[in-house]
Amino acid sequence: MIALLKRDLRLALRAGGGFGLGLAFFLIVVVLVPFGVGPEREVLRPIAPGILWVGALLAALLSLDRIFALDFEDGSLALLATSPLPLEAAGLVKASAHWITTGLPLTLAAPFFGFLLLMQPEAYGYLLVSLLIGTPALSMIGTFGAALTVGLRRGGLLLSLLVLPLYVPTLIFGAEAVRRGAAGLDASGALILQAGITAGCFAILPFATAAVLRINLR
Amino acid sequence: MSMWEYANPRLFMSWTRSVLPWTFGLAGVCLVVGLVWGFFFTPDDFRQGSTVKIIYLHVPSALMAINAWIMMLVASLIWVVRRHHVSALAARAAAPVGVVMTLIALWTGAVWGQPMWGTWWAWDPRLTSFLILFLFYLGYIALWEAIEDPDTAADLTAILCIVGSIFAILSRYAVFFWNQGLHQGASLSLDAEKNVADVFYYPLLVCIAGFVLLFVALVLMRTRTEIRARRIKALQARGQHA
Repeated sequence: MIALLKRDLRLALRAGGGFGLGLAFFLIVVVLVPFGVGPEREVLRPIAPGILWVGALLAALLSLDRIFALDFEDGSLALLATSPLPLEAAGLVKASAHWITTGLPLTLAAPFFGFLLLMQPEAYGYLLVSLLIGTPALSMIGTFGAALTVGLRRGGLLLSLLVLPLYVPTLIFGAEAVRRGAAGLDASGALILQAGITAGCFAILPFATAAVLRINLR
Repeated sequence: MSMWEYANPRLFMSWTRSVLPWTFGLAGVCLVVGLVWGFFFTPDDFRQGSTVKIIYLHVPSALMAINAWIMMLVASLIWVVRRHHVSALAARAAAPVGVVMTLIALWTGAVWGQPMWGTWWAWDPRLTSFLILFLFYLGYIALWEAIEDPDTAADLTAILCIVGSIFAILSRYAVFFWNQGLHQGASLSLDAEKNVADVFYYPLLVCIAGFVLLFVALVLMRTRTEIRARRIKALQARGQHA
């Protein structure tokens, strides 16, 4: 498992654009929003948590189709399926690698982008925590979606259509936690529910991912 | 003889052939009776006026939009467990009907909301859940369309349906957490004390029966079409080999 994780991380780093592209995309989204809605503090401040969450979600979506596509094309996915490592574990590792290359950098960078959107100072901690809890779920759900569409020629657009509705609960609780934190309310309820969703995703979706991969490799 | 034998495609075709016209006929009768009764022979509501009558389209279609998804879930589970092809095809056949029901519910809701709430759309939990349900339907149908091999498509969509159901339920409760709504509570619960008044209740039940029958009839018809399409494909494949 660890060997596979290392291999995936190395591939993501050396192929270029693993860390960089997602972050750059996130930055562009954050920069474009003030152009769209205006630079006033009273406009930007209330929508900052939502923009940051939606931006992180879209940035995570960008790199999803690469999770399995290359391995599927050069046949290493078939090798993985026949290896002693259960395919469920392989799915889990793929999701973890995706999180380390996209979710983690996004989480760490998000507070800096919060400055750009003039976010309330009290909300930074909540933003960091909610992204830290929520982005693993995004990676796991995305891995499932990527496994669903791996055999398709034009899977990219379909992947977004399949995955984005599944992101709804995570997004709601994540953005809600930050909003409550910014307003000085108690955000622990939203954070706990979000942690529950993440835990549930990691409990169920590796099995669904493996089942779907087996069907696609048939 | 067990109930599963009715899922044999040949038997399915033969019993649906005789059942289908009756379901369509009964659905038509129920809808005509329910809607005419509802529209012309019930009083106006003292606060909502005649707009209350949109309930005869709104509630049954919303009910069927959810039940169509549940039916797809059950059919998907049957396909995954017992691998009856008819079941997978029925799930596929139900999806577009479910989409249309969702759209009817959203549309009639908007038409009613305009005079009553003063807005076509509000980010109310129920409305939002329905919009999300609509997106789930779209993804499901798109996945069916995208995959060429029919068995792979059936397997993948079945798993998507099962996983999607979990997330649809999660989204529903998440949405309630997110925003308090304008929408009134359930009006037809069997155990509730405060339901819709009897004058509206009985025609509404007839309309619901009509929508259920219409859904069953449409799904049976579309499943028959799918089976025929599958047969044609098999014949063509055989023709090419010969």
